[in-house]
Amino acid sequence: MTHQLEVDAVHTGPAAGDVPEHPVVPESDLIAGQARPVSGVLGSVDIERIRADFPILERTVRDGKPLVYLDSGATSQRPVPVIDAEQEYVTGHNAAVHRGAHQLAEEATDFYESARQRIASFVGIGRTDEVIFTKNATEAINLVAYSMGNATDSDEAAAQRFRLGPGDEIVVTEMEHHANLIPWQELCRRTGATLRWFKVTDDFRLDLSDLDDLINPRTRVVAFTHQSNVLGTINPVRLLVAAAQKVGALTVLDACQSVPHQVVDLTELGVDFAAFSGHKMLGPSGVGVLYCRYDLLAAMPPFLTGGSMIEQVFMDHATYAPPPARFEAGVPMTSQVVGLGAAVDYLQTVGMEAVAEHEAVLTGYALQQLSAVPGVRIIGPSSTVDRGGAVSFLVDGVHAHDVGQILDDAGVQVRVGHHCAWPLHRRFGVAATVRASFAVYNTCDEVDALVAAVRDAQRFFGVS
Amino acid sequence: MEKLYQEIILDHYRAPHHFGLRDPFDTQVHHVNPTCGDEVTLRVKLGPADSAADPAPNGVLVVKDISYDALGCSISQASTSVLTDLAIGRPLPEVMTTLAEFTAMVTSRGTVEGDEDILGDGIAFAGVSKYPARVKCALLGWMAFKDAAAQAVDQSDAESRP
Repeated sequence: MTHQLEVDAVHTGPAAGDVPEHPVVPESDLIAGQARPVSGVLGSVDIERIRADFPILERTVRDGKPLVYLDSGATSQRPVPVIDAEQEYVTGHNAAVHRGAHQLAEEATDFYESARQRIASFVGIGRTDEVIFTKNATEAINLVAYSMGNATDSDEAAAQRFRLGPGDEIVVTEMEHHANLIPWQELCRRTGATLRWFKVTDDFRLDLSDLDDLINPRTRVVAFTHQSNVLGTINPVRLLVAAAQKVGALTVLDACQSVPHQVVDLTELGVDFAAFSGHKMLGPSGVGVLYCRYDLLAAMPPFLTGGSMIEQVFMDHATYAPPPARFEAGVPMTSQVVGLGAAVDYLQTVGMEAVAEHEAVLTGYALQQLSAVPGVRIIGPSSTVDRGGAVSFLVDGVHAHDVGQILDDAGVQVRVGHHCAWPLHRRFGVAATVRASFAVYNTCDEVDALVAAVRDAQRFFGVS
Repeated sequence: MEKLYQEIILDHYRAPHHFGLRDPFDTQVHHVNPTCGDEVTLRVKLGPADSAADPAPNGVLVVKDISYDALGCSISQASTSVLTDLAIGRPLPEVMTTLAEFTAMVTSRGTVEGDEDILGDGIAFAGVSKYPARVKCALLGWMAFKDAAAQAVDQSDAESRP
C-alpha cells in the first residue's frame, strides 16, 4: 500500500478505552444559537487532515456551490488510500483469484485473502473463514434466506436445522430496511412460515413490550437492524440475541449502518449472521460482507452454485467446498475487496472510537440546530443516546422532495424519500422524510449549511 | 430554483384544481413513485362528444372528468392539477397529443422546449427536465391518467362490441 495515512490523534476527548459506548455531546457545547463544537478538531479527529484524503470533497456542485455531502448513509465517499489500493491491484496484480498457478494468480489471491483477514478482524471475527464476500449487503441477507429455503428442500441431514415450515416464525422489526424485510417475506411465502415483527414506539425505539410473545419457541429466525438507517436508533442487540438464544432461534443482524460508524465486535454481540456493505464504510460499491458462525456455515446448503464453490463435480451431481468458498460461486469481485480492505485499514488508523465520537458531536449538533428551527420535526430520538448519525426530519408545509431540491441548489446533498424503509414511514404517517447522514469527514460547518438551506426552503415555500 | 418552481406550479400546489375523488367514473387507478413513496389515486370519466357542448366530431371520446386524491411533492401535485385543467372537456386524442408533448419535454434533459400552444400551463414544467430525479414526480399524475384512460377506452370498446 503506497499511501501512508497521517492522522495525528489529537486527543481532546476521553482517552481510548474510557470512551462511553454511546458518546453524548457535553451540554455546554450545545447552547442553541450561541456555542457550537469547534470544527477544526471534533472529538479526536483532525477533520482538515481527514478531509484532505477525500478528493471529491473539494468539488463544487450546482453552479459553483461547495459540496456539502450529507448522504453517507446511502453511500460514503472514498479516501485516496482506497482509490490507490484498487488502482495498485488492477495495474499490478490483477488475475482471477483461487484459479491458476501463475504468479499473478498467487498475488491476486493473496490480496483478496489478506483483505478478508483484515475485514474479519475489524469486526471482531476470530475465524477468517466466517467471512463471505457478496455483491452487497442485500445479497448477503438473501444468501441467508435462500440457503434456508434450499435447506427446506434438502434431504441432507446437516441442513435439517435450517428447515422451515408452517408453524415456524420469523421475526423482524418495523424499522427494517427493505433489504432485511423482503427476503424474509419471500422465505415465509416459500416455506409457509409466519412473519412477525416488533413495532416501533412513538419515541422511535423498538417496542419490546411484547418481546416474550414475539420471540417464543416457534421462532426460528430473528432478523433486525443494528442501527436504523432512518431513525438513527441503535437497537439493543445483546438483549435480542439473548431472547433468541433462549428459544434456539438464529439471529441475523443488519450491520450496514453500524459497522462504518462505531466499534462493532460481532463475536461479542453474539449474533449468528451479520451483513454489511463496503460502499457505506468508505469502500467500493460492489462488495458486501456476510458474517456467519462457522458451524452454521458448514451445515448450510449453498445459495448460488457454479465454479469455485465445488469439491467434486460429476455429470449428474456435485459435492461442495467448505466455507467460505461454498458461498462464493464464480470469480469474485476482487479490486472491490482489496479496496474494502484498504477502507478498513483507513478506519482503523483513524480509530473507530474517534469516528464514533466525532459523529456523535455532529449528530448532537445537528439535532440541536434542526430542532431549533420552528416547523422542523425530527423523526428519530432527540438525543445522541443509543443513536447514530442518520438524522431524518420533516419540514411542516414543504414536501421532503421539495426540501431536498432547495438543499441541492445550495450544494447540500441529502437523501429524500422513504430511504428503503417504507413501512417505517407509514408507521409515522408520512410518505417521505429528508435525511442527513454523517461520516467521519463531515463538519459542523456543513451542519450549519444544512440548517441554513432548510430555512431557505421554508422561505421559498412561504412557510417560515 | 425559480426556473424549476415557476409561480404557476406553486399556485397549483397550494390550491390544486379538480382535487378529490368524484362519481361517476369509468376507471380508477392507483400509481406510486416507488423512489419517494408519492402516490395518486385517479379516476377518469370518458364519454361520447356531446355536439352541443363539446367541440369534437361524432364518435370521438371526450374526457368528461378527471378526479384524484394524491400525496406528493409540489411538482407532482401541481402537474396533476394542471393536467386536469388541460384535459377535462377536451377530445381524448387531443389530450393524448398534449400528454405526448409533455412527456417529451420533461424527459428531454432540457433539449425539448415544449410547444406552449399544445401544453398551455404545462409549459411551466419545462424546468423539470433539467432535474432527472424530478421527472417521475412531474409524470406521476399524467401516467396515471394515461393508464386510466386506456382502460376506459378498452372498457368502452368491449361494451360497444355486439
